Amino acid sequence: MKREFEKDTGVKTDIIELNMGPQHPSTHGVMRIILELDGEVIVKATPVIGYLHRGTEKIAENRAYYQVVPYTDRLDYLSPMSNELGYVMAVEKLLGVEVPLRAQYIRVILAELARIASHLVWLGSNANDIGAVTVFLYAFREREKIYDLLEAISGQRMNNAFLKIGGLAGDLPEGWIDGVRKFIKEFPEKLKDPDGLLTKNRIWRERTEGIGIIPRDLAIDLSLTGPPLRASGVERDLRKDTPYLVYDELEFDIPVETAGDVYARYLVRMEEMRQSVRIIEQAIEKLPGGPVLIDDYKIVPPPKDKVYRDIPELIHHFKLISEGFHPPEGEVYFAVEAPKGELGYYIVSDGSNKPYRLRIRPPSFVNLQALEYILPGHLIADAVAIIGSLDPVFGEVDR
Amino acid sequence: MIRLEKKGRNPFIVYGEEKSIEEQLRRNILLTTVDAMLKWSRRNSLWPLPLGLACCAIEMMGAFFARYDMARFGFEVFRFSPRQADLMIVAGTVTRKMAPIVKRLYDQMSEPKWVIAMGACAMAGGPYNSYAVVQGVDNLIPVDVYVPGCPPRPESLIYGIMKLREKIKQEREAKIL
Ligand code: SF4
Repeated sequence: MKREFEKDTGVKTDIIELNMGPQHPSTHGVMRIILELDGEVIVKATPVIGYLHRGTEKIAENRAYYQVVPYTDRLDYLSPMSNELGYVMAVEKLLGVEVPLRAQYIRVILAELARIASHLVWLGSNANDIGAVTVFLYAFREREKIYDLLEAISGQRMNNAFLKIGGLAGDLPEGWIDGVRKFIKEFPEKLKDPDGLLTKNRIWRERTEGIGIIPRDLAIDLSLTGPPLRASGVERDLRKDTPYLVYDELEFDIPVETAGDVYARYLVRMEEMRQSVRIIEQAIEKLPGGPVLIDDYKIVPPPKDKVYRDIPELIHHFKLISEGFHPPEGEVYFAVEAPKGELGYYIVSDGSNKPYRLRIRPPSFVNLQALEYILPGHLIADAVAIIGSLDPVFGEVDR
Repeated sequence: MIRLEKKGRNPFIVYGEEKSIEEQLRRNILLTTVDAMLKWSRRNSLWPLPLGLACCAIEMMGAFFARYDMARFGFEVFRFSPRQADLMIVAGTVTRKMAPIVKRLYDQMSEPKWVIAMGACAMAGGPYNSYAVVQGVDNLIPVDVYVPGCPPRPESLIYGIMKLREKIKQEREAKIL
């Protein structure tokens, strides 16, 4: 473009640098991208991250194992439940315990609700960035219903800290399952609103089709995970590949697209929400009774009435709250399929009550690498569509 | 301010017998002080600069969308440019890397300006007592209203803004630059 213009007119032009972010409505938090522009076209993009680095991994080294759970909530704050799930399951693997079946089913329900909630924010903000503001209102309307459900069990709308090492913080309140049933019955209908506004909309398709293509090989080379990978034609989902919890007893499909562009990522996520509804439906049907916590009082606190009555339970409670538990020495890696991709926790234990090292493998951090490769060649206006389609969350990218 | 006296009578229309000039003046002129008027207009149309830094930003968005709908109070005009805003809502963790930017954004806002620190992090560092986090945005800029919570519910934020309105109302003299 530059060269042609110079040849035609004889005027010398230059590449300009444009700083996008960290305070920018479309960078989804605090990301900065240094764009080098030739006219309107991006020739080079350099993402700068770290504006939300809070030192989570270092803090975790100074907390007892159970005290780390609230910090994991605040990584990907759009889906706190999935983050907790990864962490508590990693610690459970280290301890070698398995939680009761009822807790496993409830965890599946919560993780899938979190997936829907997270994808709804992505849907709203991606469409909003491209110019379709109404979709945001529809998405938040549904999200508020999920908040209500989560508030009913944990007392807080987000950052719930409901999963505990060894089970759940409590059993479900009465009528909660009916609430979920009502939600998943209505949700597919309600999803038709944004779906009808976007999927066949010509403007939406022109803004997204053929934009930000991640070829299959590049996606694998960059080790992308989650929807950006599946939109590039790789069928990989940890829920199917290395099933955890009770996912292998539930039926669902993994949506895969081959185009690898923004539109394909849109289609994948929309379908994932519908599949999540399917999973929740089955999990509710199969939900067994029984306890939601293991009964090893070295790991989970004993029930309150026993603490008040019996001396041994009181001592267990005191030990656990003041000191925590001591898992065996060793290291463990455990990953779950979070809404944004593979969310892994790598824990090194030296036998003390605190993790010696906690390394988090956040999906959006890895997925964000793709920006550098796919932004060049696009217009600035497409940059916001591409950033939105990768769905980064900076609590997780910067940790 | 304007009272509909009888049903069906528009106060802006002067009816038959009231056409005298005194009557018109009485109906259309309002006496007040400049201070009171400035304060009244400022507190009823605050334009926020949403500084959504972390998790609290999601609840801030929640406060602005359908269910909690801040537009009812006249605060829905999100301005991402500091030049157009007069209320900064710091929602989230201010890290050391972000601190100079927060300061600069504050400096770029035109007077008069107010700041709300939303959430435990913006108030005092929240759960993050680490090498990377500024322990409270009031180390950098003056804060008018603190909204506690981790994250605060949208109602809390709305309540905080209501408190700010009261504060503006009670200012001894309206700031004029
Ligand atoms: S106060 Fe809590 S919810 Fe708000 S930004 Fe800090 S950690 Fe997140």
